[in-house]
Amino acid sequence: MRFKNIMCCVCGAVCDDIEVEISEKEIKVYNACKLGEAKFHELRSKDRITKPLMDGKEAKWDKALKKSAEILKNAKHPLLFIGSETSTETVSAGIEIAEYLGGVIDSHPTVCHGPTVMGIQEAGLPTATLGEVKNRADLIIYWGANPMESHLRHLSRYAIFPRGYFREEGMKERTIVVIDPRKTPTTELADLHVRIEPNKDYELMSAIGAILNGHDITKAVGGVDTDTIYKLTEMMKNCKFGVIFIGLGLASSVGKYRNLEKAMKLVRNINKFTRFILIPNLGHGNVSGFLQAMTWQSGFPFGVDYSRSYPRYNPGEFTTVDLLKNREVDAMLIVAAGLAAHLPRDVVEFMSEIPMISVDISPCPTTLLSDVVLPGVIMGMESDGTIYRMDHVPLGLRKFTKPPFDFTKSDEDTLRQLFEKIKR
Amino acid sequence: MIKMEVILNTGSTLGQGYTAKGGKKLTEEYKKEVAICHINPEDFKKLWHEYGSYMDRVKVITDFGEVVVYVKSDDNMGEGHAFIPRGPWANMVTSSDTSGTGSPFYKGMKAYIKATDENVLDCEELFRGLSKK
Repeated sequence: MRFKNIMCCVCGAVCDDIEVEISEKEIKVYNACKLGEAKFHELRSKDRITKPLMDGKEAKWDKALKKSAEILKNAKHPLLFIGSETSTETVSAGIEIAEYLGGVIDSHPTVCHGPTVMGIQEAGLPTATLGEVKNRADLIIYWGANPMESHLRHLSRYAIFPRGYFREEGMKERTIVVIDPRKTPTTELADLHVRIEPNKDYELMSAIGAILNGHDITKAVGGVDTDTIYKLTEMMKNCKFGVIFIGLGLASSVGKYRNLEKAMKLVRNINKFTRFILIPNLGHGNVSGFLQAMTWQSGFPFGVDYSRSYPRYNPGEFTTVDLLKNREVDAMLIVAAGLAAHLPRDVVEFMSEIPMISVDISPCPTTLLSDVVLPGVIMGMESDGTIYRMDHVPLGLRKFTKPPFDFTKSDEDTLRQLFEKIKR
Repeated sequence: MIKMEVILNTGSTLGQGYTAKGGKKLTEEYKKEVAICHINPEDFKKLWHEYGSYMDRVKVITDFGEVVVYVKSDDNMGEGHAFIPRGPWANMVTSSDTSGTGSPFYKGMKAYIKATDENVLDCEELFRGLSKK
């Protein structure tokens, strides 16, 4: 059977034009990029986790759920990590459990665009939707971002190639700038590749800001010569509608959230001359969904501690890496996240010392270290829900098939069942 | 044996993305895509010249750990820069210091690389070595 207009939840671009032809044995995917296609093929993967595991051995669903509840109930300060490959409704269920247990709840932003969120808290986010970019933007700057490898259809659906209401000629009417220390597939498409030295983004943004404020730059900054800095500044001032897509090149390097704060203040400054916006290229599917749900329910975006019954937020203290590094949690529940593969070594070592429960769809380092593994349900394919796109637009997902088991309908259902066991 | 100082960046690549998204983190395919260090051809020549024989692996060393990965001469890289796709191998040398932000410095790390004949560990071996259970 062929399904149309399916949404892909792999990255923050959330393409909504995927077509899927599915039978008992195989699956054919149309319109998706290589990353999206790989995810859809997980539906029929032979490695799919279809049965609960306890200490690496198959177990009954009820027994595994009971054991999970015991682990969390017996912990003094459990950490719930609700990943981005699950729905906003699952996040809500996770928040309820964290609050009930007096634990901490965190998600992918903590190790990716967390500093971007902190930058937003410092400066405010001057932004617009991807639709505005498609219809209006004539200058597109990818700063520390490589969408040709991380958001493959970002350029073809929203930013560069599509014809827009005010950009009828599509790419011909748009100028592309990429600021990156490396040559990447994205830099190959750029009209201007600014090859900045690593960790020098703050300095370059300061230089552009200085020129905008009427000062002169006489020396190269961050390995970028003065001519290029002036050229880039003029491009920014003279465009009709400019956008900076921010990648992890800013959030993960020296300067961290100060880089993002600076970028947002720079965009505010350019708005004295022309219309300019900034959009963080959120990587994982529902990163924004976690931030939104967490913020409307607790007032804080990520890394929220409920140990005193009321929510407390302090990045560097209640965030996953810091809690594990300081050995301040004694059990973990990880939902829809390959966390162990993406944290520093010493932190993973501590993860392996404490009881861990994971909800996942395929074997990975996280499931290897877990005491209990509960089979995950693939959002947007086997379960409905809400996902937020990278520009914070909420989109309703429609399932087109069922999970290969009947003990749970979705990750949200799994967490609700687990919560019932915890409350008993 | 020379130990070359580099600035190490990590990040997403297409190969890393589709193997991770496809649930293949414990496979040889993922290892080939992710356990690899890209360096500038001039830097590659210097290391190879010093090593004396065919070089396909390097040891990457930081203040926080070391890891053996494959090496690739890549003219997209600047001299003195190295890049490893994000994943378990890169994280063996990443600091857990977050400077009060919650997020480690996955980019702009000071690191050293040297040629080696040690083996590149599989993903599973890497984690079995870390596990204390």
